[in-house]
Amino acid sequence: MKIQVLGSGCATCKKLFEITKTAVKEMGMSEEVEYITDFQQILNMGLMSSPVLAVDGKPALVGFVPNVEEIKKAILKASTKL
Amino acid sequence: MNLFYPIQAFADWLAFTVFKLTPKSLAGEAVNFFIFDSLKIFILLAVIIFIVSIIRSYLPPEKIRNILARKNQYTGNVIASLLGIVTPFCSCSAIPLFLGFVQAGVPLGTTFSFLVASPMINEVALILLLGLFGWKIAIIYIISGLIIAVFSGAVIGKLKVESLVEPFVYQSVAHGSAELPQMTKRERIIYARNYTLDILKKVWPYILVGIGVGAWIHGYVPTDFLAKYAGSGKWYGVPLAVLIGIPLYSNAAGVIPLVSALTEKGVAMGTTLAFMMSVTALSLPEFMILKKVMKSKLILIFAGIVGTGIIFTGYLFNLILK
Repeated sequence: MKIQVLGSGCATCKKLFEITKTAVKEMGMSEEVEYITDFQQILNMGLMSSPVLAVDGKPALVGFVPNVEEIKKAILKASTKL
Repeated sequence: MNLFYPIQAFADWLAFTVFKLTPKSLAGEAVNFFIFDSLKIFILLAVIIFIVSIIRSYLPPEKIRNILARKNQYTGNVIASLLGIVTPFCSCSAIPLFLGFVQAGVPLGTTFSFLVASPMINEVALILLLGLFGWKIAIIYIISGLIIAVFSGAVIGKLKVESLVEPFVYQSVAHGSAELPQMTKRERIIYARNYTLDILKKVWPYILVGIGVGAWIHGYVPTDFLAKYAGSGKWYGVPLAVLIGIPLYSNAAGVIPLVSALTEKGVAMGTTLAFMMSVTALSLPEFMILKKVMKSKLILIFAGIVGTGIIFTGYLFNLILK
């Protein structure tokens, strides 16, 4: 599974990246969380808001930073859909 | 019937009983005014920003883009301006919005209508206007703001200035629209709470300073002191107010309480409106950021058209609101 955080490099995006790393670790997953600051990539996904949490290239959370538990839920929800 | 009566009672108690200031004295009135206004504004901000954020979670920019991409030029200008009201705007989101809209095929004129309305008609400015000037001025501000946004976008659309947009913008085409993950009720509440706290954290010092200086002016500066410099009879008042407003965007929240006090002292209402519109709609940091996606000439055209609209509005209301 590929987990990415995409953002414009702003403080909020950085925060989502940090919290996502914690969430992934707490879930006992070995995946590396990738941090992408190229905005064109967000646009290419058809999105315009940042930050974005993407699981296997599909947006799981867009435009806001929730807490660790919510991020875990979003990752689980996205991975069961695949 | 005054919704703010309990706040006034609290401000009276704090100023006259706790601080032992004399009612009707200059210091007493200034302190009382400061406590009442700051409490009123912060309560309004917290409640209204939260409600607007919940609405906003149903209208993300992706959805707005999909609506606008399907509209023709003029309907697009109107809808873009209306949608601009509910969207958050800071200069950091100008580029993503611009690229996202243009690459999805939203006409340039429609995109500009949105770029004008979104920062000009935002909930923070509206709450401050409502709280400090009353609902009539707030409505006048919204309606003239919408007209300026529609008009500016329509003019830019007519000018066919696509060649002044940096070529790379048109090289990528946003492929369709991704399906947005459905937000749960809980997520919407988290989003709205975070957003409200973020905004309050960002604006509170400006608002307190603005209201503080405003309270001082309210108590100590004689009424009509400014009338001879900035009253409605002075032709240069409006353009000067617009020029001064351009570099002040980040302080919009502090500027409005300050200006409300100046209006009491004789600055004409149209001049005040023009000043506030210039502070919110014409922002120097935003212009610098837009340079990444368009030529300076287009930024000048944009600022020129919006500025002209604002100056016209200022003169108009100096004539009407005597």
